[in-house]
Amino acid sequence: MHTDQLLALFCAMLVLLGLIAFFTARAKATKVRTSGTHMTAQPDQYGWFGVLSTAAPALVVSLLGAIIMLLMGAEIPVAMLLVVSIAVACLGLVCGLIMVKPEFHARRAIETFVRWMLAGATLISILTTLGILVSIVGEALRFFQMQNFWDFITGTVWNPGASFLEAAGRAEEGASAAQFGSVPLFAGTFMITAIAMLVAIPIGLLSAIYMSEFATPRIRGIAKPMLEVLAGIPTVVYGFFAAITIAPLIVAAAQVFGLKADFNNALAPGIVMGIMIIPFISSLSDDVINSVPDSMRQGALALGLTHGETIRDVVVPAALPGIISASLLAVSRALGETMIVVMAAGMLPNLTANPLENMTTVTVRIVAALTGDQEFASAETLSAFALGLVLFVVTLTLNLVSVIMIRRFREKYRINNL
Amino acid sequence: MTHSFDDISAQLRRRHRKTRWLKGLSMGALGLAALFLVFFFTDMLIKGLPAFSQAQINVEVDYSEQASQLPMAAVSEDMRPLVSRGYLRLVPSRMRDNPELQGTTRSEWVLADSQVDQYLKGHHSKLSERDQALVDQLQAQGRAELRFNARFFTSGDSKMPELAGIASAAVGTMLTLLVTLAVAFPIGVMTAVYLEEFAPDNRVTQLIEININNLAAIPSILYGLLGLAIFINFFGVPRSSPLVGGLTLALMTLPVIIISTRTALRSVPDSIRHAGFGVGCSRWQVVRDHVLPLAMPGIMTGAIIGLAQAMGETAPLIIVGMVAFIPDISASFTEASTVMPAQIFTWSGEPERAFIEITSGGILVLLAILITMNTTAVVLRKRFERRW
Amino acid sequence: MNMNMSLNMSLNIPASHESLSSMNRPSSGEPVSRNLSDNHSLGVRVRDLDLWYGESQALKSISLDIYQNKITALIGPSGCGKSTFLRCLNRMNDLIPSVRIKGLVEMDGRDVNDSKMDEVALRRRVGMVFQKPNPFPKSIFENVAYAPRMHDIVSRKADVEALVESALRDAGLWEEVKDKLHQPGTSLSGGQQQRLCIARAIAVQPEVILMDEPTSALDPISTATIEDLMDRLKRRYSIITVTHNMQQAARIADYTAFFHLGEMVEYNDTKAMFSTPHTKKAEDYITGRYG
Repeated sequence: MHTDQLLALFCAMLVLLGLIAFFTARAKATKVRTSGTHMTAQPDQYGWFGVLSTAAPALVVSLLGAIIMLLMGAEIPVAMLLVVSIAVACLGLVCGLIMVKPEFHARRAIETFVRWMLAGATLISILTTLGILVSIVGEALRFFQMQNFWDFITGTVWNPGASFLEAAGRAEEGASAAQFGSVPLFAGTFMITAIAMLVAIPIGLLSAIYMSEFATPRIRGIAKPMLEVLAGIPTVVYGFFAAITIAPLIVAAAQVFGLKADFNNALAPGIVMGIMIIPFISSLSDDVINSVPDSMRQGALALGLTHGETIRDVVVPAALPGIISASLLAVSRALGETMIVVMAAGMLPNLTANPLENMTTVTVRIVAALTGDQEFASAETLSAFALGLVLFVVTLTLNLVSVIMIRRFREKYRINNL
Repeated sequence: MTHSFDDISAQLRRRHRKTRWLKGLSMGALGLAALFLVFFFTDMLIKGLPAFSQAQINVEVDYSEQASQLPMAAVSEDMRPLVSRGYLRLVPSRMRDNPELQGTTRSEWVLADSQVDQYLKGHHSKLSERDQALVDQLQAQGRAELRFNARFFTSGDSKMPELAGIASAAVGTMLTLLVTLAVAFPIGVMTAVYLEEFAPDNRVTQLIEININNLAAIPSILYGLLGLAIFINFFGVPRSSPLVGGLTLALMTLPVIIISTRTALRSVPDSIRHAGFGVGCSRWQVVRDHVLPLAMPGIMTGAIIGLAQAMGETAPLIIVGMVAFIPDISASFTEASTVMPAQIFTWSGEPERAFIEITSGGILVLLAILITMNTTAVVLRKRFERRW
Repeated sequence: MNMNMSLNMSLNIPASHESLSSMNRPSSGEPVSRNLSDNHSLGVRVRDLDLWYGESQALKSISLDIYQNKITALIGPSGCGKSTFLRCLNRMNDLIPSVRIKGLVEMDGRDVNDSKMDEVALRRRVGMVFQKPNPFPKSIFENVAYAPRMHDIVSRKADVEALVESALRDAGLWEEVKDKLHQPGTSLSGGQQQRLCIARAIAVQPEVILMDEPTSALDPISTATIEDLMDRLKRRYSIITVTHNMQQAARIADYTAFFHLGEMVEYNDTKAMFSTPHTKKAEDYITGRYG
């Protein structure tokens, strides 16, 4: 029989057994109850307990089998595994029915089970972090076995071109040895991030100030969703927009000033990324500014300060930890942004300070390394994980610092909604 | 030492001017953001709306014996450059399916080549001058016109811009999001319920919270690396499939759903819980029967927003290979597939100019869906918003 | 409000006040305020002040005169409008969009609610101390030095330092903080913070200081310190304070106004008010029947 059919049959049998368990357990409980004996739980709860004791062990067994098959590569016939599972289900059914007794607390058993299941779900998020760590660190370590760590950190030439030949054992055919110096990539990343921040922080912060200090409720009601639209546009769309609309504009503008700009300049993705990040800064800053206690504003106004002075010298300084925290999150966002730079920035590693030139970033190289038709174990493919590791460490640090800062702010003013 | 009001006001004028400056500047910043949005949408509409119409021309199609061997022969030689090669390629199979066509000559509206399409839309076109004159002539005769491009919504990808459609990507997106929803929603809600209602407030719980907040801020491309290393290389999930894409996106969406569910659960006042405990409900019964139903609108809003975010995500899907060229619509969780943002990415890399239009058209469709989803979420939130 | 009209009103109190005044002093037909205060110059003159929050009227036809270099206490049960009245005197109510004000509040011959009146200029002359101490998130020094610098009262570094010192001395805080001027203002205790806020207000060199229950958030010892301080400060400033602590009003105030449900029921010399209140409501409140 086909595996799919087997699976369907298995599920059907499990459902059937579950139904049997529910109704017999409930019937038994009802009978005990009508005979006048006091029971610690209600018949329905005994029914549900029956279902649990039938299905849970069977599912655990089949899952275990599947995992063993995948991980250990052990050959267990699917049919046999499923038959064993069904047998376990039957056993569970019988045990469950035996346990239906007046002094047995079915509800408590179910709730303990639910609690464990919920806790198990919580485990997934930890596993995700572990998964990211293990996969990235593991592959990055393999990369650093092939390449020198210091060359990677301090090298200024990124030229993975010949690495696939090395992987194929034909290193001598390559014109030059592959070089993995990541400095130009980081330079490009920081350049584009800096441009993005130059756009996003002033506009985002000023928008937040306008919305929380000057705007009427009506304008606020329009402006807030409008900024949220900016955050909702997919990055691939921003990337296309940067490459097709903004980059030519910049090239034309540069020509007016007698400068020469590449079509894959760093300015276009930087500006567009900055626009994308505006809402991250404005919405968090807006929240933070709004949660600066009103008594602070009143204190300043009562001293005869103007509205502007109050904002500049009292409100913004008070909100500063939150604003910095928002900016750090934005930086972390910009560093990891992929699609905009893949589509609008260059592919060539280029160590330069001129934003009109072609530049590439860490994320671009990660994508480039993993989308080619390369052997997985080649140094170029693995370099993606090494770059990913650096990206992970940097963004993690930024996020943690940001969380600590916002927590300080919250404790200072005893605000709970941030 | 004391000043009169007038003295002070005179001295104040400069300071008041600074306030007005700040107000103007901050208003300008917001205006700039609005201006960008207007510019962006106008630009996308100008570039993308033409994709929804397409040139068709009326030509004599000769279903001769020769045409069944050599499709080019179906139309006259001077018309050949104007007709889509994709259309011509299908002539033999149509003749096989409809034997009554054999040997007839019909005047039919057929799909024009993308260059004709571009020419009719007034864009730059590579048509030769002779062909341009011919198109002008056809148009004057009413034999060449722009019609609604239904094919864009019903067909899959193609290397020929006039044939390319978004349907295969849309199906891929749907399957991927189904996987995402099926995995992320239950696990996310369960995690949130555990953290908010059951977990003891200790160091471990705090660590989990910090961990979840961090997951929400990790660059999405790292999830792609995770998907590649764990799902594809370790568990052997087929590359490029909606299954692996969906799982990857599910891990990415999980923190969004957890955080919004927790907010929704927290907004249910404790008095409801106390009332439940007061009538003798257990903790789980209180959560199941009282807290969860009240928090449901908030949870749904969070789920929709999370899904919309996943729907626009491209980078991790590129890493797990969902940029495949998928000309046919396939509805399988384990076969190679693509999603709408990845399709947009693929198209944007095509050198032919007509693809700019197709890309923008795809973007408009994607944006329309996303805006609908987000509006639904906002409406849901407004509708069920409750002040306790 | 029209300037002419307000002048008129300040010259002869309109008839509608007769009832109020006669209620205050049932024994004689003379207006209360004139009787109390012959030898004090006028600080703030309020006539017929009405105030609405949206539709509900929070102040009803308040008229009273506030005298220079005296402490005037506003007492009354909570929600009676005493804080709202206080905030009318430096237009802090402008910050609440739904507030509507009618009537005259006159200082230095000008109607403060006049559209030509710059509220910043007004607040420069009318300082305010709030219920809860609200030092800025700056150093102790900057908390005091900031506003005078903004107002161009001082600019040279030495002058700023001298001003900060004198303000802190006046507020009785100098000895406690002189060694830690550059620590944040929030690091002080509650009572110290409140005195810092008073120093901050004094540093601007106002003429009137409004205090909105300045000691209600403080412990008894800090309260006593601040009360002493107020007594010293009245030599140079007119102080108007809101309090719901009647003992405090009796201890420190020269005049006391009793507010009830948005009306000013009685305004009198503090001693007279607490020994022989003229109205039943004031008597009931003072003797603790309600409040």
